[in-house]
Amino acid sequence: MLQSNSSHGSVWEVFTQKKSGQPYQHVGSLHAFDKEMALDHARDLYTRRDKPSGLWVVPASEIIAVSPGDGAPFFDPSDDKVYRHPTFYEIPEGVTNL
Amino acid sequence: MDMQPALFQYCLQLGDNNLILGHRLSEMCSRGPMLEEDIALTNFALDHIGQAEALLKYAGEIEGKGRSEDDLSYLRSVDAFSNWKLVEQPNTDFAYVIARQFMVDVYQCLLYPKLQKSTNAMIAGMAGRFLKESIYHQRHTSAWVHRLGLGTAESHRRIQQAFNNLWRYTPEILTAKPFETLLSAQGIAPDPEELAMDWTVQIIRVITKAGLRRPSDDFVESYTTHTEHLGPLLADMQYLQRTYPDAKW
Amino acid sequence: MEFQKKLHEFQQYIDAEEKIEPKDWMPDDYRLHNIRQISQHAHSEVIGMQPEGNWITRAPTLRAKKILLAKIQDEGGHGLYLYSAAETLGISRDEMIEQLHAGKAKYSSVFNYPTLNWADIGAIGWLVDGAAVTNQLSLRRTSFGPYSRAMLRICNEESFHQRQGYEIMLKMVKGTPDQHEMAQDALNRWWWPALMMFGPHDNQSSRTTKGMLWKIKRASNDELRQRFIDKTAPQAEFLGLKIPDPKLCWNEASGHYDTAEINWEEFNKVINGDGPCNRERMEHHKNVHAEGAWVREAAAAYATRKEV
Repeated sequence: MLQSNSSHGSVWEVFTQKKSGQPYQHVGSLHAFDKEMALDHARDLYTRRDKPSGLWVVPASEIIAVSPGDGAPFFDPSDDKVYRHPTFYEIPEGVTNL
Repeated sequence: MDMQPALFQYCLQLGDNNLILGHRLSEMCSRGPMLEEDIALTNFALDHIGQAEALLKYAGEIEGKGRSEDDLSYLRSVDAFSNWKLVEQPNTDFAYVIARQFMVDVYQCLLYPKLQKSTNAMIAGMAGRFLKESIYHQRHTSAWVHRLGLGTAESHRRIQQAFNNLWRYTPEILTAKPFETLLSAQGIAPDPEELAMDWTVQIIRVITKAGLRRPSDDFVESYTTHTEHLGPLLADMQYLQRTYPDAKW
Repeated sequence: MEFQKKLHEFQQYIDAEEKIEPKDWMPDDYRLHNIRQISQHAHSEVIGMQPEGNWITRAPTLRAKKILLAKIQDEGGHGLYLYSAAETLGISRDEMIEQLHAGKAKYSSVFNYPTLNWADIGAIGWLVDGAAVTNQLSLRRTSFGPYSRAMLRICNEESFHQRQGYEIMLKMVKGTPDQHEMAQDALNRWWWPALMMFGPHDNQSSRTTKGMLWKIKRASNDELRQRFIDKTAPQAEFLGLKIPDPKLCWNEASGHYDTAEINWEEFNKVINGDGPCNRERMEHHKNVHAEGAWVREAAAAYATRKEV
């Protein structure tokens, strides 16, 4: 699977978690030939200044993304589902802890 | 031999090893086989120079002659350096860099946990800090020993040759020095012979797994303290301090 | 027609300060403009490792050695962030390196000057990084998302670079007469190359217009150059060093410093490969790349082997 598409290996995406419990965030990319190397490089490149609590590397080719043309039908429907938000509901005065 | 000079020599040797190896690695900056690895090697250089700084500072304090870590680094001549011949060997190619580094990494990963239990609190404290760095180094270099050993015919040939040619500098690592034996008896440093045995076993285990042969012990053991390579290294490193002795940098 | 409509929408999107992402529709020119600018920027970071690298092994104290190593390492990292940003546009790192080696891709002319004494390391941090950061701060707002994000990260990391350079200059001017002389000598040699980093005058720069329209560039060459001069001249004065420009003086009316003209003939020569160190820089990069080939091949072979 990890076909090297160039003489510098394949592209990997790097995600770090700043503190435990927090979501992982994309911080950048790098080139590597295998998993261990990708993890090592991610450590050397993206954790030089702050010490994260977690680190992921993912082969860029394995990321499935919505293509931009499909963006509208994919995301728009969530706009009008107001009942998914707590402010949609009417709660009589005096009722607490809801 | 008294305890204080033994302790001084011990810290000096650990410090010099880190200093000279760090210097060799710093020569690799902008010369890595790919940008990512260039940055990794610089991290190693920074770790070793940082370790050298702490160890030489402490050595200077033990000596009590007012020499700073910079004085010890920049104002001693070849014969006063106590680093292993292994670490002063040049960056012949990436295989040499990895083989040399791997041999040191394995040693430090065995040494530092033992030094953490040293009866000398200062040394124990430093060892704890250094160990984290060395564990990462060893992970990185042993992965490279595998990649090169099992990669292509050329990489196999090169890493084998690097081990073969560097192997003649190992007796120095494996022979206990009087100051090591003395400090070991006091619980300040680990038993050098046990360390040497563990080291050999681990090195052989990894290089065998990487499809490499154990280098031959059939060489004339060098009886000099240093090889030809340390002089030019120091000339380069100490140039500014020596040329402008009054300057503050 | 369809293209004109898309182009119009694209421009509106940019005018609204929205970021363009790699998979979004973009005119070919926009893509090429970004590839050219980002890869040039990346090459500059990587080639820029060499002049400073010349002094790593001779850094005069352990502290100075660590700082310089960390700084040059950052430059490598920044090159890498930028290569990655350019790669999202469909060009590979290999292709970019090929273009560099073929002389098709440029890098900043300033790195074709030699580092001759330790104060040069100070001057590079102070002036070259100072000039670079003036440009990069403005590029944080560039319209291409990956470039803008790389710039943010780079600016955060660069913040110590200029300070460490100025600190070296301070130590040199406060030191022995020899050291003071080195500091002045370094300023003499690096001042004009630093000003050239901002590129040709706005009316000479064919690419500025489109770059500004698409908000790839956020401030013009002359604007940025003036900004740099205005903040740097007082810093030189504080050091007690003389900027090598007899015409440099504060203009009360304009609120800026007046300066002499840059030697554009020199600039053009350096850009086109005939500067003092162009050949050495390129040779070094090509050699390292070639020497690393067997290592990369081994890693590739090992990765394939492991999977089987």
